[in-house]
Amino acid sequence: MNDIKCECGHVNPYGTILCEKCGRLLDETQKDSKLIDMRYEGGARRSQTYNKTIVDKIWNFFSSVKIGIWLIVLVLAASAIGTILPQEMYIPKTMTAAEYYEETYGWFGKLYYLLGFHNLYSSWWYLALIAFLGMSLTIASIDRIVPLYRSLTKQKVERHEGFMKRQRIFGVSETDQTDTQDLKQRLEKQRYKVREENGSLLAEKGRFARWGPYVNHLGLILFLLGGMLRFVPGMYVDEILWIREGETKAIPGTDGKYFLKNDEFILEVYDKDDKDFSEAIERTGTVAKNYQSNVTLYEKDGETLPGEEVNLKKIKDAQIKVNIPLKHDHYALYQMDYKKDELNTMSFDLINKKTEESFGSMTVDLNDPKPKYDLKEGYSVELESYFPDFEFDDKGTPITKSKIPDNPAFVFTMYTPDKPKGETSFVAIKQTLEPLGENTYKLAFAGIETRNAAGLAVRKDMTLWLLFIGGGIFMIGVIQGSYWNHRRIWIQRRNGQMWLAGHTNKNWHGLKRDIEQVIKGTDIEEPVDQAQDEPSSKKGEVLNG
Amino acid sequence: MNKKKRRLIMRTIILAVLALALVYTLYANFTKDSNQTIKKGDTAPDFALVDLDGNKHKLSDYKGQGIFLNFWATWCKPCEYEMPYMDNQYQHYKDQGVQILAVNVDESTLAVEKFVKRHNLTFPVAIDKGSQVLAAYGVDPLPTTFVIDKEGKVVDVLSGSLSEAAIQQHMESIKP
Repeated sequence: MNDIKCECGHVNPYGTILCEKCGRLLDETQKDSKLIDMRYEGGARRSQTYNKTIVDKIWNFFSSVKIGIWLIVLVLAASAIGTILPQEMYIPKTMTAAEYYEETYGWFGKLYYLLGFHNLYSSWWYLALIAFLGMSLTIASIDRIVPLYRSLTKQKVERHEGFMKRQRIFGVSETDQTDTQDLKQRLEKQRYKVREENGSLLAEKGRFARWGPYVNHLGLILFLLGGMLRFVPGMYVDEILWIREGETKAIPGTDGKYFLKNDEFILEVYDKDDKDFSEAIERTGTVAKNYQSNVTLYEKDGETLPGEEVNLKKIKDAQIKVNIPLKHDHYALYQMDYKKDELNTMSFDLINKKTEESFGSMTVDLNDPKPKYDLKEGYSVELESYFPDFEFDDKGTPITKSKIPDNPAFVFTMYTPDKPKGETSFVAIKQTLEPLGENTYKLAFAGIETRNAAGLAVRKDMTLWLLFIGGGIFMIGVIQGSYWNHRRIWIQRRNGQMWLAGHTNKNWHGLKRDIEQVIKGTDIEEPVDQAQDEPSSKKGEVLNG
Repeated sequence: MNKKKRRLIMRTIILAVLALALVYTLYANFTKDSNQTIKKGDTAPDFALVDLDGNKHKLSDYKGQGIFLNFWATWCKPCEYEMPYMDNQYQHYKDQGVQILAVNVDESTLAVEKFVKRHNLTFPVAIDKGSQVLAAYGVDPLPTTFVIDKEGKVVDVLSGSLSEAAIQQHMESIKP
């Protein structure tokens, strides 16, 4: 790990290709090449220099551009695989994920599930890949920006002849009469910054374009940090709230601080005669005009324990429509989904089966039924059992599948003056059973009332500002690196000749035009593009520079 | 040499910071689902519920006694199986400082009352209207039972139907 001492006396770090001071070629293997590799100004990338401890080895691993590109390829491939089948969060909750993937997609679905791709974006290995990419960006940038900064700020005006000769743009003019002060002025007119030393010139412009890629990386790193911030509690909320008309519920993700009441859910469709939509309506049946939830937002007042009655303080009434969320305290509630016409109440008439005479009607609240309903004097109905989501189990006993009244069934006992012991009737939708013998009376179905439920998305994202800053810096970096070029022109007087060399990181045509302007009318000949003269020169290089 | 040492320290620090960020992200990602779930060893969150007879049950008032906290629903068969066993053991342990509290998952009062009457349950049954207690405990499958000792610490979380022997054993374990 020895430092390299150049003939000019400057001591360069190990791995340096061009002397930091005079530009003499230090790498013996490149002695025969016509052009030199100007990447990183021929400076030593820090990672290449030593490989001693485990820390250095890890550092070198992440510093490698090759590794970085592989990480990008892997992240892209993994991200693509995650889109082949829907992720677990988007599949219906009617069965387990294992069953769903196999039943819907066959052996491929089973494999997809077994490999864990149904939860790909939150898998440890995907997050690790992204994190490795972030590490690669950080370390590769640090590893290059430090030596690059060093060599760009340390540049000497006078460079060694080997350096000059091996530049892509190079020319020698058989004259020493040229007025360098005139050249300097012409260069400055082209907006070059010119430095002068012993009659030699170094003209430079657009150096800041060299920092473009690193600014770009910084933006990406900030973007990744913003993504990471989502995992910090309180920074990011993404929940679904299902709320029926008339219900008041705690808003998930707010730690029980906010409550919402659904006053009304409205679904409007376009009129059949609407001239803009009549064609579409004919084809599809209906065209939705508006999905809207009229809600009231409440805040919990005072501390209560879970289960205790909460005091609610009204904050505001609001109308939530698609793309018009209710916003409060960094939370936003979006209209996402709805369920129309959920059963709410059911009405019955108590009638005599023969005479069809009615003895009063009753309405059962399907979410909170009463144990007893009093009708006309002497007539009453008791609700013995209630099955909100009824079915028969394998033994033939009525059971309920859930508490949601999708298919309500009841066991009623009807008390009437002539049947004081009561008659029992099993009532479900479209069926009535009389398990204890023929009845005189029956409960005739008299109507239902339904209500709608709104599905609202609860969002909070405190990381957006960082994502915007990261994205903005990323774009600045792209612009900086794409629309500006770092152009340099060296002019030296050597043994009665004028030597001119030029270098740019891209757009060689632009550099040549600059040089043309500068030497117009002087004795200096136009320099040659040495890359173009080479028989093996790639055509693309001329275009890209 | 000094320069190299400094560089090594810098690299170690940067790598350590990046590694920490990675570890934190992975940790946060894997605990985000279980954050709201009460696990063995946690302190049982306090709550207050009114049972079917109108008595208020505040968990913190039971300090000094063991609590067998059961979450259930009328439509859940496994819940139904263990109810008679729980009732037997309740009779045995209620005077020895172990109480049972059965919390229903926000069903209608009628459905719960009929159920309690049908099974002749003697221990207090409360309905978690609004499911706030359910959310505080992060109950997932039903039935789930939290075995809470006299200090208010969760010593076990049991999901699925329990045998009478298992109920007896768990109630014994939290006897003050």
